[in-house]
Amino acid sequence: MTASNAHAAMPAPDGLTVKEGVEAETVEAVKELSGEYKYGFSTDIETEYAPKGLNEEIVRLISAKKNEPQWLLDWRLEAFERWLKQPEPDWAMLNYPAIDYQDQYYYAQPASFAKAKPKSLDEVDPELLRTYEKLGIPLKEQMILAGVEGAEATPFEGRKVAVDAVFDSVSVGTTFKAELAKAGVIFCSISEAVQEHPELVKKYLGSVISNSDNKFATLNAAVFSDGSFVYVPPGVRCPMELSTYFRINAENTGQFERTLIIADAGSYVSYLEGCTAPQRDENQLHSACVELIALDDAEIKYSTVQNWYPGDANGKGGIYNFVTKRAECRGRNSKVMWTQVETGSAITWKYPSCVLKGENSQGEFYSIAITNNAQQADTGTKMIHLGKNTRSRIVSKGISAGRAQNTYRGQVSMHPKATGSRNFTQCDSLLIGDQCGAHTVPYIEVKNNSSRVEHEATTSKVDEDQLFYCRQRGIGEEEAVALVVNGFCKEVLQALPMEFAVEAQKLVAISLEGSVG
Amino acid sequence: MEAPVIESKVPAWRAAFTRFLAEHPAAQFGAQSRRDAFERFEAHGLPTRRHEYWRYTPLRALDPDQALASKGGDPFAAVDGYRLVFVDGVMDASRSDHLALGAAIDVADGSKDCSWVDIVAEDARAHTAVERPFAELNRALCSHGLAARIPAGVKLDKPILLRYEGAQPAHLRVGLLVEDGAEVTVLESGAGALTMLIEARVGSGASLHHLRAQTELVDRQFASLFARVLEGGHFASFTLAADAALIRNETMLDLTGDEARGHVAGGVLGRAGSVIDNTVFVTHAALKGESRQVFKNVLDEDGRGVFQGKILVRKGAQKTDGYQISQSILLDERAEFDAKPELEIYADDVACSHGSTSGAIDETALFYLRSRGVDRRTAESLLVAAFIEEAIAEIADEDLQEVMRGEVARWMTERAG
Repeated sequence: MTASNAHAAMPAPDGLTVKEGVEAETVEAVKELSGEYKYGFSTDIETEYAPKGLNEEIVRLISAKKNEPQWLLDWRLEAFERWLKQPEPDWAMLNYPAIDYQDQYYYAQPASFAKAKPKSLDEVDPELLRTYEKLGIPLKEQMILAGVEGAEATPFEGRKVAVDAVFDSVSVGTTFKAELAKAGVIFCSISEAVQEHPELVKKYLGSVISNSDNKFATLNAAVFSDGSFVYVPPGVRCPMELSTYFRINAENTGQFERTLIIADAGSYVSYLEGCTAPQRDENQLHSACVELIALDDAEIKYSTVQNWYPGDANGKGGIYNFVTKRAECRGRNSKVMWTQVETGSAITWKYPSCVLKGENSQGEFYSIAITNNAQQADTGTKMIHLGKNTRSRIVSKGISAGRAQNTYRGQVSMHPKATGSRNFTQCDSLLIGDQCGAHTVPYIEVKNNSSRVEHEATTSKVDEDQLFYCRQRGIGEEEAVALVVNGFCKEVLQALPMEFAVEAQKLVAISLEGSVG
Repeated sequence: MEAPVIESKVPAWRAAFTRFLAEHPAAQFGAQSRRDAFERFEAHGLPTRRHEYWRYTPLRALDPDQALASKGGDPFAAVDGYRLVFVDGVMDASRSDHLALGAAIDVADGSKDCSWVDIVAEDARAHTAVERPFAELNRALCSHGLAARIPAGVKLDKPILLRYEGAQPAHLRVGLLVEDGAEVTVLESGAGALTMLIEARVGSGASLHHLRAQTELVDRQFASLFARVLEGGHFASFTLAADAALIRNETMLDLTGDEARGHVAGGVLGRAGSVIDNTVFVTHAALKGESRQVFKNVLDEDGRGVFQGKILVRKGAQKTDGYQISQSILLDERAEFDAKPELEIYADDVACSHGSTSGAIDETALFYLRSRGVDRRTAESLLVAAFIEEAIAEIADEDLQEVMRGEVARWMTERAG
């Protein structure tokens, strides 16, 4: 801050003491923003719950509801046993009251599903379909841009996106299944895959994230209800983008979805994920597991826009998002790319990782995490280099405003046999206002000398010189900040598929609007 | 004596401590403060890889009585200064300049009021972000050391040289109160200390330069340094560590005055079974502070280097300028480097950056030299010297820079031989 635009101390709207006018207005903007969660409505629909709390019976009940084979029930029960003894990870820079695992529901489905599961989208309760329409995800087989409001107005037409819609604990339906099947691609809910393709599920489920990986993943293994399953056969380039839209609707209910994506030799798939939840005063737990497997020469692109309800300006309510996402590049020349835009959730604990086993395999991680008000995010990635000549790239941007805490936590590990490998990591943090925090906790482990690891990180406020440059050219201050911040995030936004790029750009603008006076 | 404790996690150390108190009934710092420190150490236990700040540094067992071996000679032998030689943890008066030093500054010897000794100890105790078990062990068991006050405005004419000799696993403790505007340089060397603890306060506009040579070690050494820097004060430390079973250097810097500066640098030369760990924690708690951490690791054979550096910027510590770089050259495919360069920032108007790189020696540069007729070993020595220079350049005194360069060259020659 230069002397010329420093203001005298002024009281902030909510009584916080701030030194300069800029900060006061930031606080005001933050306050205005808190009411902006657009997906906070809830759908009034008759819901059937499993009894509250968690015990072996609940695990059995979920398994029975899904008519699962014995091996899967055994796997769940084994996980449940381990979960009882496992300590909750406490190393993240997160502060939250102990989770009462007995004070919530582990299974909730629309009552209409209890009688007979709809066989096609035509049979689904129209009220449910309207929910997705309201969220901008029409569950129709038409040319759409998923997740983008006003998509009709954009010139990018003619792209198909298949959608699997998960509502609380069940998959509502999956679009374009028939067309995908023609190409040999299996895209369905995981419950369906257990019935239709048990050999594939049995072979791959838990092969990347074991049923005792960490307390949250173990919980997921015990009680996972639905999620998506994708199998792309050898040599197939998936003809369209696949996406899953997760919606929590029921009260006091956790969502525990499990996603499994297998890209067989020489195949390619791009997968998008979106998530929202109603605005409620209670915290709700979301604990997902995502496993990706890329075989020889296969490529998986996984993109997330996470917009769970973040809680109100005072930190009341919001989703506790404890997610385990991991990819294994098993084959030679395989590639996995994680891209995430994290704007929601009261608590985010999430580290999409790559285990680079195959020679020449490649992992990439692009992330923007925005925290505001009382949000806390501890997120990052792990790149575990096991194979020769493996490469990884990490680009992480954390933006913290309000009283939020935003931590990048990452691990890069070069094992002795991962000779000739490379990693490049760049993580930057931006703080808006003097009440928030931005932290960087990288772990770098190099156990061979032909690999090269580079890590750089910076923390700064919005660059005054860049702002000055913009303002000199007649650009208003707010717009200038948006420009600078968009430039700051550009590398990540560019990695997003078209379907999300427009939305992500908008999200960034919304969160930072008016942050500098 | 203490009430019987539930089985000690460190019975051998408990026995050593009980013995120490019995043999030194009038030991400095008082039995109670020693007991408190030991209890904190005991509660923590010897660090294991489950402790977050020990995940890369294997300690295994640590015997309180294991003798310490040494190799080579004192790199500071030719440096003119106030020399204090400690043999087996006790000052050898015949080889020490304690009288001359006592005449130049205020040295606590029990004969006069030296309540100021407590000031620096309190500063260090205020640092509670991470437990420092070896500092506690030192506070419990230190047998000797130095407590010195450099009065306001006094610029000590020569450095203070602390020399640790002998085979006993000694614990030596140093307290330094550098008053406003005063200046002092402190040098440490020798393998005759298992733990060292320096607690210092650097007053307004004062400066403390610290240099540590750990080039004669064979076994293990645990060095802790706490420094609090007041307004406009300057603290600078450089450590050169080479080839030892385990070296752990912890530097905790608290910049509590506006425009305080703190520089912590180090060179690491590690081969054959050595583990060298530099752990730095810099706290910015005031305006316009500046900190630099510069660490260069050269690792050969199965040598391991560890760097854990943290910059914490407290709320309100605006205009902080924090910089941190940790780099390593791995000369052998078995060498290992682990780094945890952390930032924890609670103020928005700051610039903090950190970088960390690791890899083999630059083949292009090597080829350039070799194509000009320089043999491979010499070329490597040249490139290593250039690599480590950025850290050596952090030393203010040019003669002392030269001493350190000499040690690096000697290490590289030994390698070639």
